[in-house]
This record gives sequence, C-alpha cells and structure tokens, in this order.
Amino acid sequence: MNTKINFAGIEMKNPVTVASGTFGYGREYSEFFDLGLLGAVITKGTSLKPKSGNKPSRVCETASGMLNSIGLQNPGVEYFANNDLPFLRKFDTKIIVNACGSSIDEYVELCRILNTLDIDGVELNLSCPNVKEGCMAFGNTYEGVKKVTSEVRKVLDKPLIVKLTPNVTDIASIAKGVEDGGADAVSLINTLLGMKIDIYKKRPVLANNTGGLSGPAIKPVAVRMVYQVSKAVNIPIMGLGGIVSGEDAIEFMLAGATTISIGAGNFIDPYTSIKTIEGIEEYMKKCNIENISDIIGKVEMN
Amino acid sequence: MSKQILAKLTKKEEIIKGVYKFSVQAEEIVKLSKPGNFIEIRVSNQTEPFLRRPISIYNLDKENGILEFIFQVKGNGTNLLAQKEVGDQIDIIGPLGFGTFKTENYNKIAIIGGGIGIFPLYELAKQAKQQGKKVDCYLGFRNKDFVMLEKEFDSVTDNLTITTDDGTYAKKGFAIDYLKEDMKKEKYDCIYACGPIPMLRAVQQYANENNINAQISLEEKMGCGLGVCLGCAVKTAQSPKDAPEYFHVCKGGPVFNARDVEF
Repeated sequence: MNTKINFAGIEMKNPVTVASGTFGYGREYSEFFDLGLLGAVITKGTSLKPKSGNKPSRVCETASGMLNSIGLQNPGVEYFANNDLPFLRKFDTKIIVNACGSSIDEYVELCRILNTLDIDGVELNLSCPNVKEGCMAFGNTYEGVKKVTSEVRKVLDKPLIVKLTPNVTDIASIAKGVEDGGADAVSLINTLLGMKIDIYKKRPVLANNTGGLSGPAIKPVAVRMVYQVSKAVNIPIMGLGGIVSGEDAIEFMLAGATTISIGAGNFIDPYTSIKTIEGIEEYMKKCNIENISDIIGKVEMN
Repeated sequence: MSKQILAKLTKKEEIIKGVYKFSVQAEEIVKLSKPGNFIEIRVSNQTEPFLRRPISIYNLDKENGILEFIFQVKGNGTNLLAQKEVGDQIDIIGPLGFGTFKTENYNKIAIIGGGIGIFPLYELAKQAKQQGKKVDCYLGFRNKDFVMLEKEFDSVTDNLTITTDDGTYAKKGFAIDYLKEDMKKEKYDCIYACGPIPMLRAVQQYANENNINAQISLEEKMGCGLGVCLGCAVKTAQSPKDAPEYFHVCKGGPVFNARDVEF
C-alpha cells in the first residue's frame, strides 16, 4: 500500500496536511504526536511584520462548526525563521508557510525572504476574510489573483500554492487566475464569511461582527468547489473544509484533490489528522487500492 | 505538558440545582495539574456540539488520581455532559494553561470568588493551607439558592465569609466590600479572584489603586484551548488602545496578574 503523494513538487509521505491557523507552528500538537507522521505542516498565516490580530471575542461555536475572526495574529517572518522553523525542522515532515500581506509589495517582499529559508513551499493566503486590507481583496477576482501570483512567482523558486476564498461567485475562474499567474497548485477552501447574533444583547457575538465559518458544516460546499476547480485547471489541488475523518478526506480526493488539510478538526481532537491518515489506509485496504494517487478525481458524475 | 485521556466517571453529584460535581479517574492529568489549571472536555464523539468545553479544575486528589470538576448546565454542551453516568468515559485534555495561581512568595492570602467562578479557588485554598499559609476566603452568591460548597471551603480556610447579594443567606452585599473592609486592619500579601467580570474589575481596581498583588482567573470564548487558534485573546494592560497587544487566556492564563491585563 502506497500513500505517497507528489504535490506541486513536494514529496509527501501521505496526502494529509494540517491547515493554516489551526496548528500554530506545530509546538502545541507535538506534545500529542510525532509531527513526522504528517504529509506536511502548513504554518499559521505569517506576515512580513508581526500582527496582533482583532479585538476579542474572536471565536464562537456554530452548528457543526465555528466562526473565527482572529485577524492573522502572528509573530512575523523574522521571528518564525529564528524560532519556529528550527523547531519544525526537527520533524520528518514538509513545511509549507502560509504567507499573508496587505499589498502586492508586501507579498513580494515576504516571499523574497521565504525563498531564502529552509522550507518546502509557500501557500499564498489570498483568502482571509477577517482583515480589512489585502488577502481576500486580491482573492476575489481573476485579475487580482493572477497579478499577485505572477508577481510573487518572479521572486519565489519554491513550490507556490495559492489558497482561495469560497466567498466568490465563480470559483473556477479564480482558480484559473492562479494557474495563469504561474502557481504550482491551488488550495481551497478558506472559511465562508458568516455571522452569529446574540439575541439578548442584539449584537453580533464576534467583536468584528463577521467571521469565517469552518468545520463539518462547510464540507459539502468545499467538496463541490474542489470538483469545479479540478475541472477548470490542470494544477493540483489541496482540498480542505470540514474534514474530520478518513472518509471525509477520500471524498475530497475523489472530487479532485491531490492532498487534503485538517483545519478546525484539530481543535476537537488533537489526533484528528493522525486518525485521518489511518482512515485513508483503512479505505485503501477495504477497496483494494494500491496507490492513493489512483483515486484522485475518480468521482463519476450522475 | 498536557494529555488527552478517556477518564472514567466515578462519582456524580448535583450540588445545587443545575450544578454538577464530577469525579473522574485521571492519574496522568492529576499528576501534572496545578491550582488554576483547566481541562477541555469533548461532550460528544460526533461533531455537534463542535468544540470542547473548557472547565476549571475544582479538586485534585493526588493520592487516588481523582480529578474533580464542577459545572453549571448552561447550554447544549453542558446539558449533554450532565447526562453522563457513573462508569462512562469522558474525553478530557488537560491540564491546560501556563498561567496558574502562584503562591510561593506569599504567606497571608485572600481569596475571593463569585457564583460559578468559585470552583478553581478550592484547590488553591487547599494547597495554600497545606503549605501553612494563612488563607481567608470571601465567596459571594446571588441568593440563598445559589450558595454552595460552604463546608468544603470552610475546611481549607482560616476565615470564610459568605455573602448573598440580597441577604437571604449569611452576610448581605458583595464579597468585595467585606474584603475591602477587612483589609483596613488585615494586610494580605496577595488577593486571588475568580468570578463575574464586575467582581474581577472591582478586585483589579482595588488592588491596582492600593498597590496590592492580585491574581485573577479570566474566561473568554475558546476555540482549541491549546494556544493554537489564538481565539481567546485578552488585551495586555501595557499596550496602547490604538495598537493593542494580546495574551491568550488558554495559554498565558487563565490566571493573570491583575496589573497585566485589561478586560
């Protein structure tokens, strides 16, 4: 049985990664398991300079999911390079840095630095719904996505993945912008913009009023979008959105994802990613699949 | 260092209406726990309700590896938890929080708690008393129906003052006012507080104005409880309003020095 995957030039021991913003820089979860079991760790969204994030309250629970409006709080790339990267490098896994910025210049400058670091790839965050500038502002048009991607491509030799927002009318055209901009892969979906109201205070629960919805509640939307994107582009896809089990992961792969990410699922059980790897192996056994890559995009439409 | 375990529920008691005390077999967590730590409980093995419930540790029985926690049924999650029966397994992560109650430099301490915020103060009082410190305690409740754990706290404190807002049991008024009154003649090295926000603010203001050490246990909505999602932010007192910096209750806390946080 072979679970190895080549994703955008990154050789992974299995297709399971952990999503940006749900795994920090790995330290906390390393108390529970060997990070070397994962296909890759995708870091917390990291910017050129430190960011302190949004006002609390920043999270709340919703039906089979949660809303967050963290606002990309992170210690900045310099701190990451000096403190978190050496720690992560101790594990036999691939390291993909989620990169965020508020202008094209900032994305380019950040990626110029990331290009010099001992990391395996960059995931460009064009999809955070919780910051006023940048991110989603670039991520919701074909032209915007293509522009940032191509500018970053000029300074980045490492594998480049672009993470997309689902808060758009036509996800396929946005993904096309990623491909045309010269990226190696696309990841989707980031969170869906949502809101929850405290009916007694008559105010939104989150201080930022709106936040990003994640968890099993969004999985069907994510699977549909992964399928649509897989039909529109030729670059590989990292699928995510509500995955908490091997079965969920297989759904995404059948829809066209080469790799998958565990996001909010990490919060409910620190071992969700490990259980997902085991679940994929069980499915392979049950269905006599020798190579996991054989099932990518194998869904047959009715 | 924290562990995820399946802990067997060994004893269950409804101490007042809608408030449950659970005793669970949890050697691994008990060994690592300090006063002020909390645990995170997954109440269902499905994805609804989704997130774990952060609950403070009430009592650590190190000899028998028993951990006790108390919670009030407030919503769907705590309701499901209350339905667990003796013998059931409960999915617990703990201990959590690097910010715990620190007492090593103090000999005379005052503890103040309100309502369901009193639970993490018991283990603090118990350990401080065992170490030979003088421990005075002030517990405030809404009315006589909400008064709980009087006997338990009495056994681990030198002087226990109980108050009810409406005077239907023990002394009438707010616990903080009795503490302030006593502080006129009694000098404490540190005040420890957990309870409703207005009480914590009053303790913070009093301590800061009089330059007294105070440690307060905070609550904020949490995503992961592990310091990963950065959801449970609380503003640092030192940072300016227009460029706020944040601690996180689950990791830096839940216990903070009163002068360090703004909430």
